[in-house]
Amino acid sequence: MFAPVILSIKVAAIATIFAFILGVFFAHLLTSRNIPGTSIWETILILPMVLPPSIVGYLLLKVFGKRGPIGAFLLDTFGIQVVFTWIACVIAACVVALPLMYQGAKAAFQSVDETYCLAARTLGSSEWKIFWTVKFPLARPGIISGIVLTFARAIGEFGATLMLAGNIEGKTQTIPTAIYYAVATGKEDEADVLVLIMTLFSFFMIFILNTWLKKKNYKVS
Amino acid sequence: MGMYFKIKKKLAQFQTDVEYSFDKGVLVIQGESGAGKTTVLNCISGLKTPDEGEIRIDDMVLFNEKTNIPVKNRRIGYLFQDYALFPNMTVEKNILYGIKNKPEYRDRAKRKELLDYAGYMMETFRISHLKKRYPANISGGEKQRVALARAIVTRPRLLLLDEPFSALDARTKETVYEEFFSFKASLGIPTILITHDPRESELFADDRIVMKDGKIM
Repeated sequence: MFAPVILSIKVAAIATIFAFILGVFFAHLLTSRNIPGTSIWETILILPMVLPPSIVGYLLLKVFGKRGPIGAFLLDTFGIQVVFTWIACVIAACVVALPLMYQGAKAAFQSVDETYCLAARTLGSSEWKIFWTVKFPLARPGIISGIVLTFARAIGEFGATLMLAGNIEGKTQTIPTAIYYAVATGKEDEADVLVLIMTLFSFFMIFILNTWLKKKNYKVS
Repeated sequence: MGMYFKIKKKLAQFQTDVEYSFDKGVLVIQGESGAGKTTVLNCISGLKTPDEGEIRIDDMVLFNEKTNIPVKNRRIGYLFQDYALFPNMTVEKNILYGIKNKPEYRDRAKRKELLDYAGYMMETFRISHLKKRYPANISGGEKQRVALARAIVTRPRLLLLDEPFSALDARTKETVYEEFFSFKASLGIPTILITHDPRESELFADDRIVMKDGKIM
């Protein structure tokens, strides 16, 4: 019964790492430079949040399936099959949760007063150093908040995961799909335990985040 | 020799068009809000690029039609209107930020010299006791001294002060005026100070220009 819990945590953690890297990268890129077609890029990044998860899952299946452009390439070149593996769970969770990370990071970067970056420039700092010493630390509370929401969304992902990874017990079955399967097959006790685990986990995550954010928010001079 | 600037920069409301030179001491640029004073400072520091013109310190060209030295290589100290002290760093880390960006900092012997100088500057500006504090936990006058020390600890060629007293309350201002007056004599760095306050202009100016709608009056 605990296999879905372990898989869910593993999938959500890996998906969050990828979503964090992509979300922070695109948020910084699109907020700090005049990139042509910013609105289009932003729409693409946010689209998985608006589309029903089943549609996201279907589109991912088209791309990562055996005959999809990336799926066929991975299978022919490296012998890696994505669909119906735990990697599919990670891809589905990452794509669906990425908009939350992007939005969180974007809001966090936009909240940083540009004057700090200007001051750092006059003090001889490179753009790379400004990002790591000034912009990222000042945006950190917002980014951490984005990470927690991303993780929460990733661990709760259901529709797209079901489409791309299926519901294979011990292989691709995550907590949400396990709960669905338990209820569908009349195993209410199992569903109760998984629901309790999921609820407690989510509660403590949000609680710890809120407590930390209250302590960590820098006062602007 | 000295500082020379000729700046043309089109803004939404008007075109900034100024030309001036000065040798040493404090040049005060006086004018109402929106007169284009900060644009001049931003162009000199390299934070903004003029449409045309020339900026020189002694015989070193910072900007003309062929040259545009990046802001990080201009060695110009800038004190921002609200000080812009990094809120995530202690006073000491704020002071050392510019020093750590210097190429000499990688040389162990020179690093010690730079750090000793930073310590000396903190003593001079009477902020040594604040070095472990964060900007949010020090007073307005202390912030001003920290920001000034941070701007000059890198030994800039020129110092730009953008309304350095405007964020202070009336009582603190009087104390800070006195302090700044004594620092001014010992700094020895050519300085451009912008203000809208005629009294500050009277107190600190060795040379003075008045700006309105982007032009020198």
